[in-house]
Order: sequence, then C-alpha cells, then structure tokens
Amino acid sequence: MVLDSKLPEGPIAEKWEKHKFNVKLVNPSNKRKYDIIVVGTGLAGASAAASLAELGYNVKAFTYHDSPRRAHSIAAQGGINAAKNYQNDGDSIYRLFYDTVKGGDYRSREANVYRLAQVSVNIIDQCVAQGVPFAREYGGLLANRSFGGAQVSRTFYARGQTGQQLLLGAYSALSRQVAYGKVKLYTRSEMLDLVTVDGQARGIITRNLLTGEIEQHAAHAVVLATGGYGNVFFLSTNAMYCNATAAWRAHKKGAYFANPCFTQIHPTCIPVSGDYQSKLTLMSESLRNDGRVWVPATKETAERLRKGEIDVNDIQEDDRDYFLERKYPAFGNLVPRDVASRNAKQMCDEGKGVGSTGLAVYLDFADVIKRTSAEAVSQKYGNLFDMYAKITGENPYERPMRIYPAVHYTMGGLWVDYNLQTTVKGLYATGECNFSDHGANRLGASALMQGLADGYFVIPYTIGDYLASTPPKPVTTEDPAFAEATAAVQARVQQMMSINGTRTPDDFHKKLGNLMWEYCGMSRNAEGLRFAKQEIAKLRQEFWSDLKLAGTETEMNQALEKAGRVADFLELGELMVDDALDRNESCGGHFREEYQTPEGEALRNDDDYAYVAAWEYMGDNQPEKLNKEELTFENVKLTQRSYK
Amino acid sequence: MAGSNPNAKPMNLTLKVWRQKNRVSEGGIVDYKVKDISPDMSFLEMLDVLNEDLLRQGQEPVAFDHDCREGICGSCNLFINGRAHGPEQGTTTCQLHMRKFSDGDTITIEPWRAAAFPINKDLSVDRSAFDRIIQAGGYVSINTGGTPDANEIPIPKDIADRAFEAATCIGCGACVAACKNASAMLFVSAKVSQLALLPQGHVERKTRVENMVAQMDLEGFGACTNIGSCAAECPVGISLENIAILNQEFLSAKATSNNLA
Amino acid sequence: MSWISKTLTSSIGRKIVMATTGLFLCSFLVVHLLINLQLLRHDGGASFNFWAEFMGTNPVIRFMEIVLMLGFAVHIYQGLALAYHNKKARGAQGYVVNHSEQNSQWSSRNMALLGTLLLIFLIIHLMNFWVRSRFDAFGGLAMVKVPNMDHPVGDLYSVAAASFKIPWYVALYAVAQIALGYHLWHGFRSGFQTLGLKHPKYTPAVYYTGYAFSVVISVLFALVPIVMFFDDQYQPRPATGQTVEQSLTEEPAVLR
Ligand SMILES: Cc1cc2nc3c(=O)[nH]c(=O)nc-3n(C[C@H](O)[C@H](O)[C@H](O)COP(=O)(O)OP(=O)(O)OC[C@H]3O[C@@H](n4cnc5c(N)ncnc54)[C@H](O)[C@@H]3O)c2cc1C
Ligand code: HEM
Ligand code: SF4
Ligand code: FES
Repeated sequence: MVLDSKLPEGPIAEKWEKHKFNVKLVNPSNKRKYDIIVVGTGLAGASAAASLAELGYNVKAFTYHDSPRRAHSIAAQGGINAAKNYQNDGDSIYRLFYDTVKGGDYRSREANVYRLAQVSVNIIDQCVAQGVPFAREYGGLLANRSFGGAQVSRTFYARGQTGQQLLLGAYSALSRQVAYGKVKLYTRSEMLDLVTVDGQARGIITRNLLTGEIEQHAAHAVVLATGGYGNVFFLSTNAMYCNATAAWRAHKKGAYFANPCFTQIHPTCIPVSGDYQSKLTLMSESLRNDGRVWVPATKETAERLRKGEIDVNDIQEDDRDYFLERKYPAFGNLVPRDVASRNAKQMCDEGKGVGSTGLAVYLDFADVIKRTSAEAVSQKYGNLFDMYAKITGENPYERPMRIYPAVHYTMGGLWVDYNLQTTVKGLYATGECNFSDHGANRLGASALMQGLADGYFVIPYTIGDYLASTPPKPVTTEDPAFAEATAAVQARVQQMMSINGTRTPDDFHKKLGNLMWEYCGMSRNAEGLRFAKQEIAKLRQEFWSDLKLAGTETEMNQALEKAGRVADFLELGELMVDDALDRNESCGGHFREEYQTPEGEALRNDDDYAYVAAWEYMGDNQPEKLNKEELTFENVKLTQRSYK
Repeated sequence: MAGSNPNAKPMNLTLKVWRQKNRVSEGGIVDYKVKDISPDMSFLEMLDVLNEDLLRQGQEPVAFDHDCREGICGSCNLFINGRAHGPEQGTTTCQLHMRKFSDGDTITIEPWRAAAFPINKDLSVDRSAFDRIIQAGGYVSINTGGTPDANEIPIPKDIADRAFEAATCIGCGACVAACKNASAMLFVSAKVSQLALLPQGHVERKTRVENMVAQMDLEGFGACTNIGSCAAECPVGISLENIAILNQEFLSAKATSNNLA
Repeated sequence: MSWISKTLTSSIGRKIVMATTGLFLCSFLVVHLLINLQLLRHDGGASFNFWAEFMGTNPVIRFMEIVLMLGFAVHIYQGLALAYHNKKARGAQGYVVNHSEQNSQWSSRNMALLGTLLLIFLIIHLMNFWVRSRFDAFGGLAMVKVPNMDHPVGDLYSVAAASFKIPWYVALYAVAQIALGYHLWHGFRSGFQTLGLKHPKYTPAVYYTGYAFSVVISVLFALVPIVMFFDDQYQPRPATGQTVEQSLTEEPAVLR
C-alpha cells in the first residue's frame, strides 16, 4: 500500500481553506443518519465528540474513566500555544508553524503543522467563549507566558492547571450534547478491539469495567482519541491508566503505526525516590522561565554534596555550573526539551548529579525570589511548588528543586493522512494518539493545541468527506466480524485469567519499563537496542506463561485490566525498538549515540531519513513491515537546529 | 530531609480496609499488615504494596480509583482515619505521603459514603451523579466556531481569578463524603459561581442554576446546613463563598426567571 | 403556583425557609429577652406585668404573635424534615471511623439535636407561661393593677417568680439556654450564608455579631431565672383573689 497523505495542492497558507472547500459535505438532514464512535474523552476526544454532535451526527463516546473529566489531559500544566500575537512581539501563524517544524527537528509534515498554527487562534476564542478562565492582565485582557523552543510569548495559561481548565471546557461542551441526547456516553468502558467490515472501520468491542461484560458497538466511523503510550516505560509523567491498547488493537487491524520510537523525555520532573515509585511528576516547563538549571561545577563538590558533607546553599556562585546558560546563550534555560534533557543526563553521567541517587540537577529560584518576592513567585507557580513540597518534603522556596528528565509524551502514534484518517478507512486518530504534528520532538504547550485543533476544527470537516461517500444506512452489530472480534477478546481475557502463574502484571510492566528506559530511552545505540529486543521477546513469553491474576473476569478486576494493557505494551515496546534501530540518525527525542556532532548534539541525516516510518502489522510473530512517507520541505529550510 | 534521605526509617502498619464484593453485597472491615513502608512513599504506593502482596498470594487486590497521582484528575477518593483524603489539609489521597504516619500506626481506609455515591467494589464508588449535574447545565451553550475574538470581552483580573479559583474543583467528591448531610453544594456551587462570575455565563445564568440544583436534588444529595466540613476537606480549597453565591443565584433566579414549572 | 412550592421544597428553598424563619426568631428573642429582663427590676414585677399585658393585647403584637407561631411551626417542621432528608442522603452504612470534629464545629453538626432540645423546652415553657396567661382554663393569672394602665392586668410576674423557685425548672431553663446559645452560635451566621449574604468586607462582622449575639442572648436569658432563684427578693404574690395595686417606684412588699 502506498501511503497517500492526501495533502492538498497549492501554497501552504491556502491549503486548508482550499481543502475545506473541496471536501464532500453531508447535508444537514442526513447527518443524523450517521453514527460515529469516539473513543477517548480527553481534549481530542471530548472536543471531537461535542463538535460532531453539534453538527448533528449521533455520537457514542467511550472512556475507561468513571467520568470524561478524568482523562489524562486534565494533568497538563503549563499552557497552550496560539499565534494570536496579543503581545505584539512578532508572533504570527508563520512563526508558530516555523518554530513547531524546527522544534520537531524537521520530521513532521509541513501542511499539517501550518494548519495547526492557523486554527490555533480559533481555539483560544472557542475556549474563552466556553468560560475557560485563562490568566488575565490587570486591564482585563489575556496574559501570555513564554515556553521552551520559542522566543515569543504565545502561551495562554490558567495558572499551573491549563489542561484542567481546557478539558473542563471541552467536557462541558460534551456534557451539553449528552443532555441533548446527541452523545451517548459510556464510562468505565474500555475498547479492546476494533471491528472492520470489508476493510472499513465499523465498530468496536468494549469491556464494561464494572461488570466485565464484553459489548459490541457499531457505527459508520470510529475516531480514536486515546492518548499516548508513554507508560510503556512504566515510569512516566502520564497517568497510571494511560495505555496503548486502543491504538495497538487498531494497529493489528490494519492501521499503520508511525514513528513509534519518537518519545519525549521531559527535563523537569521530580526524580525517582525509590523502587516503589509508581509514577513521576512533572514540574511544568514554565518553571524554566524563572528557574535556573545548574549542577556543582566539579565532580568533587557534587560528591560531597551527595554524601551530605555540604549543603546545597553552601555552594558558592562560581562553584556552580549553569550549564544550559553556558552552552546555549541565546535560549539559555529555555532550550527545547530534548536538548535540556540530554544535557541534564550528560551532567549526571559526568558525575555532577545531585540528590542521593546522583540522578538529578538543580532548578533554582533564588534569583527570581530575590528579584521579585516569594509571593510573586507563589502567584505564578504556587501549586507546583506545593506539589513539589508534598512529594519531596522539601521547601522549594528555600532550597532549589531537584529535577531529572522523565518520559512525558509520545510523538509517535497511529499514522494519519491530512484528514486524520488512518490506513483503515473510516478509522480516524486525533490528539496524542496520532503521530502527526510534532515530528521528532514536541514543543511545550503544543499538545493541548493539537488535541483541540484536531477535535474542534479539523475532524468535523474531514470526517464528512468520508461519510458522504458511505451510504446513510443503519449499521448494526450483525456482521459476523463483530462476533469474531468478540470471541477473540473473550478468549484473550480468559487466557490471561487461566495462566495462574506467579508474577503480577506490574512486575512485568516494571521489567519492561526498565528495559525501555535503559536501552530505548534518552539515548540509544544499536547494540543496546538489539539486546532490548531479545529481552522484550523473552519477557513477553514469560508474561503469557507466568502471569498471576485473581478474582474473575465477570466483575470489576483492576489487575485484569492492567494485564491486558501490559500485554499490549510488551508488543509495542518491541516495535519501538525496531523503529529506533531502523532510524540511523539522531533527531529530536531520538538520540542515537552513534550519530552526534562533535559537541554532542543530535546529528540528523536528512538525505536518508527525512521520512515518516509507518509500520504495518503482518501477523503474529511476523516482523512488521516498514512503509515510508517521504517528507518534503518547501517552506522551511532544513538546518542543524541551533539554540546557541 | 525526606526525599533525599535513603535512611528514612521504614514503617510497619496495620490497615483496616473496607472490602465489599459489589454494589449489592454486604461489606466489612478486613485487617492487613504491610511492612517496610518508606516514609517517602505516597499513600497509594503503600496500597500498591499491599495489592501486590495480595495478588501474589492469589487474593483479590483492593479495588480503588486513582489515575493521575498528581492531585488533579479527582479520581482518588479514600476516607482515611475518619477524614476525606486523610489527615493532611488541602491534599488529595494520591498526594498524601507516608511521612505523615508513624511506625506501628493503624490506618482505617473506607470508601466515600453517600446514598448518591453507591459503592462499586471495595473502595471504588460511583460518582456519575456529578456528571449528570454538569449535564443539567454546567456549560455555556455555544457551538464550536463562530465565537468572537478572545480579547473582545475584557474581564477584570480579580473576577477572572475568582472564577478560576472556583473552576479548579477536581470533582473528587470529598465534599460530599465529609458532609454530615452528604450535600453536593460545594461541588455545584463551584461550577455555578465560576459561570456566574464570568460574562460568558450570564446569558444562561438563571436556567443554569435552576436546572443544576434540581438535578442535584434528584440525585439524592442532602441539603447544605453550612457546617463547613466540605470546604475544610476540599483538596483544592474551594471556598464556602461559592455556596453563598449559589444560594444568591438560586434565589434571584427563582424570583425572576420566566420558568413557571 | 407550582414554581413556588417547587422552590420551597428544593434543597436550597428549604434552607432559605430555615434561614428566614430562624433569623426572624432571632429578632423575637431580642424582644423576649428585653421583657424578661424587666423581671429583675426591683419593682415587684410591675414593669414586667405592664409589658406582658402590652404584648398580650396590642393588636400589632397579637398579629405578630401569629406570625411568630407560624415561624416556629415552619422552622421546626422544616428543621426536622431537613434532618430526616439529610440522614437519608448519608446512606444506610455509616463510616466506621469518622473524625468530623477535625473539620467542623460541634454546634454546626448538631443543629437538629439542639433544635429538638429547644423544642422540648419550648413545649414545657409554653405550657407554663403562655398557655396559662392566655387560657383561664389552664390556671389563669391573679390580677394586679400597674401604673400607666387603666385596667388591672394578669400577674405573670408571680408565675415567673414561682417557677424560678423550682430547682428542676431553673436547671431545665439554664440547660435550654446552653442549647440556644449553641444553636445560635451556628445559626446566626449560617442564616446569612444561606441567604447568600457573604462578602469579604462584611462577613467577618456577621460572624462576630453572631457569636456575641448567641453568647449575650443565652447568658442573659439564663441569668434571669438563676438570679431569681438565688435572690430572696423575687417572690410570687400569694393568690388572694384580689387586685393588688403596684407602683414602679415602690419597693415591693416583702411577704413572709
Ligand atoms: C504531566 C503532563 C503535563 C502536560 N502539560 C502540557 C502542557 O502544559 N501543554 C501541552 O500542550 N501539553 C501538555 N502535556 C501533553 C498533553 O497533556 C497530552 O498530550 C494531551 O492532553 C493528550 O490529550 P488526548 O486527548 O490526546 O489524550 P488523553 O487526555 O490522554 O485522553 C485519552 C482518553 O482516551 C480514553 N481511552 C484511552 N484508551 C481507551 C480505551 N482502550 N478504551 C476507552 N477509552 C480509552 C481515556 O479514558 C481518555 O478519556 C502534558 C502531559 C503531561 C503528562
Ligand atoms: C428560639 C428559637 C430558635 C431560633 C432563634 C432559631 C434560629 C435558627 C437559625 C438562625 C438557624 C440558621 C438557619 C440557616 O442556616 O439558614 C437555625 C437552624 C436550624 N434550626 Fe433553629 N431556631 C430556633 C428554634 C429551633 C427549634 C425549636 C428547632 C426544632 C427542631 C430548630 C431546628 C433547627 C435546625 C434543624 C436548623 C438547622 C438547619 C439549617 O441550618 O438549615 N430550631 N435556627
Ligand atoms: S468542591 Fe472540592 S471536595 Fe468537592 S468535588 Fe470539588 S474539589 Fe472535590
Ligand atoms: S489520582 Fe488524580 S487526583 Fe488523586
């Protein structure tokens, strides 16, 4: 199959307008004859479900949470980008587009990113109209802050809870449609398979997490907005339940998986404190606006510090190395995430790390507190500081925070064309679930933007193009494909229940996480990746022979839920390793040690790797097939990214 | 210093956990022991330890809701030693850390209890009543697209800030759990006052409060008697002022709306 | 008029009824207390009897009395109904361990209990004074002549003075005032909150007024029977069947 990204013709600034004119429309009275399934009620899912229902489609929305409002989007802290140029500092749609393509290390599709920048301005209008309480200036107008990878202030925020406020906005729009009866909401329902009929997505199979019942749902089209797969690493900033199951099941039913190895490691997270650690907590990137990152200038000082012989506040200015400011004078502490993360790791590798484990660097607010006041800092970051204090038991107003990189976001995901349609007809993917707009590295405050762009302003147009060519006949679950898929899901559940081995799902998950972090994490090399591939395969076998569960499958059974997710992670993990092995270059979040500049920066290979790697499932225990979508850049010049 | 202190002394604890098979069965307290709990662990990580032990022994782990473990999703909801979200003020269960407890402690862990929050299993309860209250009117009725420029309506900073404070409710239900009357007024008032404060919410001001309160009553929550346990236990500090605003909104809506039903 | 009944039976509507009646009852307490304090004048009850007669005969006051009775009835009915509804909302299974004392005040959690205590007291209290003064069948009052009144009036003072020599009655009265104090400690500010009257500028004042109000009212109410119990000066007049003349300045005739 040739990958057709369906990019519209014409100059980049006109593509989306033209495309909107060219897509087929479903006439208003016919819309109510179409059913659409939306899986996921995060920013991408809730906004899509609400907008589609407003248009008149019948929507069924699914989430494994007990309420749509709990989707992981709620946890986003820092902000959302939009090219409003309210600050008069030279921002524009083109600049946002340019920054995003550059920030993604030239591995994203120009046209998609340009469209994202275009609709970014509508998102802010939409959210404000919903009553989202963004931060404001004294004059009553909206405030902005700056974020990594950009030299303008274009990030809209609601203190440290931007994701929460945006999600509650989308949730309210969704709730309104539920009240109108246009959206039927299925909570605590987990999609466990996609049903395709004649190569078209026609429904899903779900498990009711309260009763264990396996249920069938049919529709004319299916939208997956199921979030990212960062939890392959066990420890990440993602919520505990985040998983890849929906996307992975769709992948096995024919949807290509793109760039799985592109994972983002966020530089500012609270370090691991022990092996009981269940997740990692992000300290928003916005902190780097005011916090200064440093380590002791020498190994010796760092060692004494770790042993507790000296206190951090005893270390004099000239005994500190503000390594980001030193190496990147233009961007300083605000370099993109991949750069900041790698540098922190490098410092720790050199023995200058702090904290009992030596796996941390400082993020210091002493200067800004001196310059302004503790109150002013609390106004801006109060909730983050409180969170830090609760978790670590340390007061960040008095001692610098200890931070370390952690897995945060997955740029990879289901391959989609310009319409956000996957390689399965009638199956769409939005939000973090797709691979689209961030290339090899996502800029801060761009995921919220993308999720909402997809849901509010892209899918409502593009899905019509597909539906218009599908007859508005009712779809049912009568097709044998539904029974087949249901039987397969049931068999898998029962198989897991009947192994009765000795190891818990978490046990396998932790092992997998360690392997992934060690060999497919912040930096990778061919040898390590090959080793990891073998180990993962082994672990997968052990999983299917030594898994331990309790209770039954016909009731609420959280260990069973977890086991199903881990089983899919064990397959996806291997694909990530394959992808990382294939990509013999360093770009963005993918740092192959073999490919670096003399200064240790990522060394891209545009001649051979300016493509999207779209992996095709070929059957159980078969190697996946690599399909390439070549990326062409007509509007930005490919350069070595420099933030010096 | 905790967090940086690998020598913090591990604790042994006795847990008294409410176990209940499903919505209709009887429940009861079951005692468990957990050992070597690090003070740096979060409360839920301590429960993870218990659950891993149980599962390895072939027993069913304790069901409880949680997700973000950052205090923002509102999933976690445990009644710990007689307090919603445990002893530390302004803290969700997931952000509670074991350094708040001491070696040898006995900790009682129960689910939220309220007629409107039926128990699913063990410590997991059904809070969908909250969703239905929001569905009754917790929104501004605008469709996607066609909205005016975001800076068209200036909003005084202090109003925006107050609306934001109200909007930070995480929908956890601690207010209901802690309230003697199992009243959902704090939750409802947070949404009502957020939208009553902002100009965007003014158009539907009256119908919103009428419908949301009607749904709240229908769900079987109790009536507020201004005890204040809710605000004292609310992990994000939603203030009682919001309930006053709700009362005001309700009274003036009822007195002046065109709704005769 | 279904919107009215719907409003009044909604959870907030019920509360608004509680608050308006409750605060109205507070104003009644002030009047009641002022009259009770007349008991402590050293005038053999002349002032007290004067005001008691005034309250019993003035048409405006008589009208307000009906409002007051209604107020009590509604407040009590609604209070008990609320308590019942709220108990049901809490669910069948209570907490095994509950430390609500760590998040709220005792008085706030026990309004229904306090109210019920008040109700019991109220019944006994009414039987003793109000019923007696209004309905001759229940004992009636001796008649006295007081200044500024052209006709003889009932000697309610003697009923009070006699009652306040009975230890259990004084004790009951005092305990009831403790209950009243706690009821108002929460009730006063709560009424304002219910009516949506909350403002950072004024609410602190409401709180302090409420606390002061509850203490002053209940202490003064309790003081009257206690003083009269311990002070021999306050004695009921023996029922002679004749109208006794009283003056406001004259020291009471000490009857032994
Ligand atoms: C701590 C943190 C902070 C962040 N801060 C920012 C920020 O400041 N700015 C920014 O732009 N981005 C930020 N991000 C990234 C951003 O939050 C996410 O990428 C984005 O919210 C993802 O939204 P989504 O709608 O695609 O998925 P999610 O919000 O993850 O939603 C997934 C939904 O799918 C459902 N689901 C998944 N699988 C299934 C299944 N099998 N069956 C049924 N339902 C399913 C879930 O229940 C959920 O409703 C942050 C991320 C993290 C982890
Ligand atoms: C002198 C008599 C009384 C006065 C002055 C009084 C005053 C008040 C006030 C001001 C409130 C607060 C209302 C609110 O929060 O909105 C209140 C509440 C209450 N009262 Fe009374 N009350 C009196 C007698 C009674 C009696 C006899 C009962 C009998 C049961 C009672 C039961 C209650 C209850 C249950 C509440 C709590 C309900 C609530 O807070 O909404 N009260 N009272
Ligand atoms: S008001 Fe507070 S306690 Fe109640 S649901 Fe919201 S956050 Fe939880
Ligand atoms: S788990 Fe999300 S708030 Fe506690």
